[in-house]
Amino acid sequence: MRETKYWTWHMAAGVVILFLLGVHMVTMHLGGITHWFAPAGGEAISQANILFRDGRLFFTVTYILLLGVALYHGLYGLRTILFELTLKPAVEKAISFVLLVVGLGLFGLGTWAAITVHTIAIAGIRG
Amino acid sequence: MAEIQRHDNRLGIWGWLGGGRWGIERYAYILHRLTGLGILLYFLMHIVVTSLRARGIYLWVEGGFFHRPIFKVGEFLVFAAFAYHAFNGVRLVLVELGFAVGKPIEPVYPYKTSLNVQRPLLIVMMILAAIFLAVGGYEFLGLAK
Repeated sequence: MRETKYWTWHMAAGVVILFLLGVHMVTMHLGGITHWFAPAGGEAISQANILFRDGRLFFTVTYILLLGVALYHGLYGLRTILFELTLKPAVEKAISFVLLVVGLGLFGLGTWAAITVHTIAIAGIRG
Repeated sequence: MAEIQRHDNRLGIWGWLGGGRWGIERYAYILHRLTGLGILLYFLMHIVVTSLRARGIYLWVEGGFFHRPIFKVGEFLVFAAFAYHAFNGVRLVLVELGFAVGKPIEPVYPYKTSLNVQRPLLIVMMILAAIFLAVGGYEFLGLAK
């Protein structure tokens, strides 16, 4: 039953990612067509455009949300694939533990970075 | 509550990758996993690389390490993987929730398979993924400027 719950979360996370990563992909990789959230012109990944987005609370919040759901979706998906190799229970536990630590570690790093760059952009330290 | 009963994967990695004669949906599933693993690998690196900007390091802007053409190609591959994984993922969620598989019927010979019912959904999703990929390719080739 617990695995069914995790699997349902995995699917729900996929739907959330579809919207958030969809916006991210359109902004970052279709910028030449859409010109979304890139007021400085040029490439969407230019430092000026990055600073513009970093300064918006909307982006900080959605980056952190996307980070969390994408890490869960990706690492749970990897766990599911690995578990299909019919592993010993101890190995399965170890894999779950490692993936949890990696996920929490990267979530902490990404959250720290998103908040830090938001603070920097608001303060106008980098232009 | 009982846990889900799992079966031994006697085929090992071939059990993941082998599609045999299971039809195009089985190969779509294999590609879904491969693209998922590729996106995950990129995503884990992406978190670390983009977090560096908190220290003032922008490796992907003009003149940066990741602004070279070879990484542009890799970026397009990730974009293509995303296009496929996203649209095929929508199909999988719809099928998992019981949409687009038809109503249950009596198993009367010659048997009908629900795969025939859900095949149009696969085709529609692949067309949408191809359109998204084509628009992305137009942008990546620098034609949108």
